[in-house]
Amino acid sequence: MKFTEEHEWLEAEGDLVIVGITAYAAEQLGDLVFVELPDVGTEVAKDDEVVVIESVKAASDILAPLDGEIVEVNEALTDEPTKVNEDATGDGWMFKMKLTNPSDMDNLLDEDAYKALIA
Amino acid sequence: MSGDKQTSLHGLHVELGAKMVPFAGYDMPVQYPMGVLKEHLHCRAAAGLFDVSHMGQVLIRPKSGDVADAARALETLVPVDVLGLGEGRQRYGFFTNEAGGIEDDLMIANRGDHLFLVVNAACKDADFAHMQAGLGADCDLEMIEGRSLLALQGPAAEGALASLVPAATDMKFMDVAVLDWNGCELWISRSGYTGEDGYEISVPDGQAEELARALLALEAVEPIGLGARDSLRLEAGLCLYGNDIDSDTSPTEAALNWAIQKVRRTDGARAGGFPGADRILAELAGGAARKRVGLRPEGRAPMRGGTILFADETSTTPIGEVTSGGFGPTIQGPMSMGYVTAENATIGNTIYAELRGKRMAATLTKMPFTPANFKR
Repeated sequence: MKFTEEHEWLEAEGDLVIVGITAYAAEQLGDLVFVELPDVGTEVAKDDEVVVIESVKAASDILAPLDGEIVEVNEALTDEPTKVNEDATGDGWMFKMKLTNPSDMDNLLDEDAYKALIA
Repeated sequence: MSGDKQTSLHGLHVELGAKMVPFAGYDMPVQYPMGVLKEHLHCRAAAGLFDVSHMGQVLIRPKSGDVADAARALETLVPVDVLGLGEGRQRYGFFTNEAGGIEDDLMIANRGDHLFLVVNAACKDADFAHMQAGLGADCDLEMIEGRSLLALQGPAAEGALASLVPAATDMKFMDVAVLDWNGCELWISRSGYTGEDGYEISVPDGQAEELARALLALEAVEPIGLGARDSLRLEAGLCLYGNDIDSDTSPTEAALNWAIQKVRRTDGARAGGFPGADRILAELAGGAARKRVGLRPEGRAPMRGGTILFADETSTTPIGEVTSGGFGPTIQGPMSMGYVTAENATIGNTIYAELRGKRMAATLTKMPFTPANFKR
């Protein structure tokens, strides 16, 4: 699993990557009450706003971690946003994307580097 | 660390794992490990304990010794029937200004030979100065130091408090009483700000933690932070001073006419005689140009404070603004309150909010969003 400084995690699944927010980010945000997912097929560039989430406290944008295409979204979050708080790196995944340059993954943080970031 | 003040329960909050935030000059718990959603639901299902010690507690003692003189004096600052408030009873009120706006909202209790007030934390110093100037000639005022304030709210609150203080059961909604607990004097009111039955309990600082621990030791009681306090009061349709009412909002605009008794209105025995009476009395009779309303957004996206409201999907002239909004855990959906122009303020009306560049529909809804559960 790889991480971004924006507190997202990415995990390779075949030629796709699964993207979500980290347990640390979910804890900081508090209980999520709303998730607005992107349309499947959307082409995104790194740092585009792709997901809107709202917690009990405030609204936040989730940015595209890398360039690519959104190929699947976790529709279950629409009705049960708190899945993100309960299982941020499992059932709380947000979308799957096909990366324009799969090797971009290599430039992201590994788990140790991410742990150091939030320490 | 911040320079924020701490309540006498600060150490307990930290021990319980609370996330602390600055609020009105105090370092307060916004949530405990349970989290805002579960805390909210727990309070509606059982009982929640809140630390509201940051709020101001004020005693008004009449120099004459006759509480009616204190009541008459306070009536010069609030458009409320204080003289008619019976001994051992409490009622909601607000300080008004010369422009007819609301300077703060508060609870007023008649305790036999004096009045006891609870005012908002952020306003307490200004309120005290305002009262000193207005009432100082007839009354001695005291801002209570050395007492904490706890709120115990929810359907299990009565059973919980009665296990420590049996006489609490005999109190009805808006009763106040001084009751003994382990030799210490508790000033209790049967009220709160969640829409649930419950109590507010003023306790000496030295016994506050012991009382909190005794309540938290009960199966039904969990500690609740400011986050859930906000969603509970919003579901209950209650105003947060500084968000939903402020020095520019009049009582009629704020849909608080119910808090101004007939005796203080035009043709009442003690009509007027409070700051801003000209405007406030005129609006009581003829209405105001805008009105506070409840909103239920379609879909799940919350419409938060500051969101601009429109009559339809295309018009460019706003009709109002959201003042508080969020997710209602009990109603399982978003809810807001805000102000719209009087001609758009009909319950059932669909209006539109501009949310992230899109117009989203919302229905004007009667408040409270959840039925109140008071013990009348």
